[in-house]
Amino acid sequence: MNQPLSLDLLAEIAKMAVSHGATDAEVVGLVASEFSVEVRLGEIEKVREANTQGIGLRVLHAGRQASCSTSETSRDALETLVTTAVEMARLTSVDEAALLPSGEDLATDHTAIDWLATVDPQIEALPTPTKIEMARLAEQAARESDPRIVNSEGASCSTINSQTLLVTTAGFAGSYEGTTISLVTAPIARDGDQMQVGYWGDRRRRLSDLDTPVAIGNEAARRALRKLGARQVSTQSVPIVFEASATEDLLESIFEVVSGSAIFRRASFLVGRLGEMVASPLLTIIDDGRLPGALGTRPFDAEGLPTRRTTVIEEGRLCSYLLNTYTARKLRLASTGNAVRGLTGAPAVGTGNFYLQPGTTPPAEIIRSVRNGFYVTEMIGFGFNPVTGDYSRGASGWWISEGQLAFPVEEVTIAGNLSEMLRGVEVVGNDLHFRGRIAAPTIKVDRMMVSGN
Amino acid sequence: MVDPVNFFTTRFPLTLGHIEELLGIALAQGGDYADLYFEYNVVNNLSLEEQIIKSAGRSTTQGVGVRVIAGERTGYAYCDAIEREAIRKAAATAAHIAAQPREIGPVAIEQKKVESDLYRVEQVVGQQPLEDRIGLLHQLDATARRYDPRIREVQASLTDEYKIVLIANSHGMLIGDVQPLARMRAMCIADDDGNLQSGVSGGGGRYGLDFFNPERIRGYADEAARQAIVQLEAREAPAGSMEVVLGPGWPGILLHEAVGHGLEADFNRKGTSAFSGLIGQRVASDLCTVVDEGTIPNRRGSLNIDDEGHRTTRTVLIEKGILRGYLQDQLSSRLTGAAPTGNGRRESYRHIPMPRMTNTYMLGGESSPEEIIRSVRRGLYAVQFGGGQVDITNGKFVFSASEAYLIEDGRITAPVKGATLIGSGPQSLTRVTAVGNDLSLDEGVGTCGKDGQSVPVGVGMPTIKLAEMTVGGTQ
Repeated sequence: MNQPLSLDLLAEIAKMAVSHGATDAEVVGLVASEFSVEVRLGEIEKVREANTQGIGLRVLHAGRQASCSTSETSRDALETLVTTAVEMARLTSVDEAALLPSGEDLATDHTAIDWLATVDPQIEALPTPTKIEMARLAEQAARESDPRIVNSEGASCSTINSQTLLVTTAGFAGSYEGTTISLVTAPIARDGDQMQVGYWGDRRRRLSDLDTPVAIGNEAARRALRKLGARQVSTQSVPIVFEASATEDLLESIFEVVSGSAIFRRASFLVGRLGEMVASPLLTIIDDGRLPGALGTRPFDAEGLPTRRTTVIEEGRLCSYLLNTYTARKLRLASTGNAVRGLTGAPAVGTGNFYLQPGTTPPAEIIRSVRNGFYVTEMIGFGFNPVTGDYSRGASGWWISEGQLAFPVEEVTIAGNLSEMLRGVEVVGNDLHFRGRIAAPTIKVDRMMVSGN
Repeated sequence: MVDPVNFFTTRFPLTLGHIEELLGIALAQGGDYADLYFEYNVVNNLSLEEQIIKSAGRSTTQGVGVRVIAGERTGYAYCDAIEREAIRKAAATAAHIAAQPREIGPVAIEQKKVESDLYRVEQVVGQQPLEDRIGLLHQLDATARRYDPRIREVQASLTDEYKIVLIANSHGMLIGDVQPLARMRAMCIADDDGNLQSGVSGGGGRYGLDFFNPERIRGYADEAARQAIVQLEAREAPAGSMEVVLGPGWPGILLHEAVGHGLEADFNRKGTSAFSGLIGQRVASDLCTVVDEGTIPNRRGSLNIDDEGHRTTRTVLIEKGILRGYLQDQLSSRLTGAAPTGNGRRESYRHIPMPRMTNTYMLGGESSPEEIIRSVRRGLYAVQFGGGQVDITNGKFVFSASEAYLIEDGRITAPVKGATLIGSGPQSLTRVTAVGNDLSLDEGVGTCGKDGQSVPVGVGMPTIKLAEMTVGGTQ
């Protein structure tokens, strides 16, 4: 019989691990109820619904580490979980950095964190017909906005209510709940032989923060329509303006090279650069694990350390890497409370709310400042090498001519080196909006190679 | 050999009678079709870094997914507990996709045996002694470090899964399969006086531990080390449109991105793919024949049955340049009247099946790889790739070369840095002007993502030449 998860059950598992010979144990529990509906051409296409739970256990045994997880929580399954983990930990290598955090560093303020607003009871209470209607309205708004919107990949509305529990033998026991709602739609525009899709959506912890279905539908349609007539340009080196959503994509690569996981492995071009100017003085990048109501907000990290605000780059200077306990010990630094984990494996390094501070220039003014350049609205592919910084991605957007958006562009790549791109940022826009854990405004980079025909 | 029916009915409080009753509950609101997907999956991970075994782990997931189809609608619910009451709740939830309640009793099911036996494995990786598996990673580490003193860091991992599935549907079919899968990965970092470069390699498939013999492990180690060392000398990659020669094997990811996804039946049924409505039309040069084949023994993308219980097949997607067929799942094949192709796949019991590729490759041609290279005056020769991505609707796709060389006057010259290649699905293969006689399949490391679901796949290709493709370098 599967048992319901509780801090008591997790504490019992930790105790069981110690009695089987573990020096330390960290037990994480995840309980979630998920719902999603997909609507296409006005009709319900898929409804998916489930309640799910699982337990992850990391044990340390005289400096050796193993991690196991299970979705079955019967007595027998938990007994097997513990014995397997302890057994495996006897055979791995002694790793001096593999330790739980010290007791004095653990979060103590996590029981009074209502102000973090990770839960919205309105989302938990949202009736199924309302979610179906929201998806329907978003798609409908997109389809009705222009006769060239001829088809649709549909719209979906999903909600997740989750509870994360953590108990460790370092002395931590805590849990928090979180809600998420997302609404996305993808209309398809056609002109002659060319079809273009426009994805747009919003994802929030609080229902009242979510864009309206009509706003989402209209923006999705705008994004599909503006790609119609897109063509290649000739190969040339020009200034690049990244639309906010494209800058967010860039910020994911920046996270990779400031993450302690890459730094201790020397797999980042920012190794050994703390305190140095690594970017334009216009760039300030922050990770904040406690922005009220934001998606990356939580009271404690996956090891029980308090989450916090860390300035990663301040006016171009590299101030801090993002670290969990393991990577911090490897680098002889202190954890920044950025441990994340699923049920399986040891904690990794992840973001809280990771964002680029906005400047003061409106995006339209940035575009006006470019005589001949490329306004990148979407990027695809995985052409980034964190070791060297070499950057090469597929891109689409608009060509900028004499400060005006001249014509849409597709089937080109943009290439450069992230280290040079960071130093080459000339303007930062004022349009910062949080639609996920990573957020950034429009930026302008001095020069990159656009490769086309 | 584990018998799936026996496994689920002895390990869990579940009988065939329960399954028949649950199918009835799933259809009780008027659904046209229902299926239950039982899964028990044990995944093991072992990783080495800085010359020590840093972690070992095992995750066990199990559960049941219940799907009900009514017209074009799909209702889906799942539960982690494999017992009657939990599944009954999921079935009742999924059933509500239909809205015409009716009296329906249990649905009779008949046990079917899988007809193929593509991956009988004696030494299931995760069931072999941990000490033995640890030994293999140390062996890989030592081999890579011996390759060149500039190899500074080696990461090695061994991941395997052992999945037992049982599928019951309202057509009365009950069928199961046991699906082992293993993969070894090597990553090397070379350091030449501060110039850091990396190389990645690996392989696997639906094999046991004996597959990872000393020769293969040496191969993975040497290959990752070789790539890292080659990159030390790499100069800036060229930018612009040029002749491109792709090496054999893994560069077949071109097919996966350029045509494979665009030929999945769900996109075409909905008219959202750049390939919609092009059956019978030319989408490649007549040198190109592309197939998706789920029935190759032991391959990473192979399956005896797909995740809807249909036997996998060999599907000709493009025959001498002409588009012949799409990849079907149950829903698309029913709605469009096309024959099933056994491509209905899902990541786990938590996911709804959709049309997915298995092993996608291009048949070999006449040219020798040497003469293909010799025929290029100025171009790019790309032999190793990272990932790729495609926009199904406009057909634009990218894939990123991690090892490439310039071709100058018919000769391979300097190595160049990684660069993304971009093209248009329906056009790219029309520019194939030579196909080599050296077809090879990849080493068995590919994972494909679609709509948030990951599944193991394979690709393959001979050496080919494209008359024109855009290369995203900086020079």
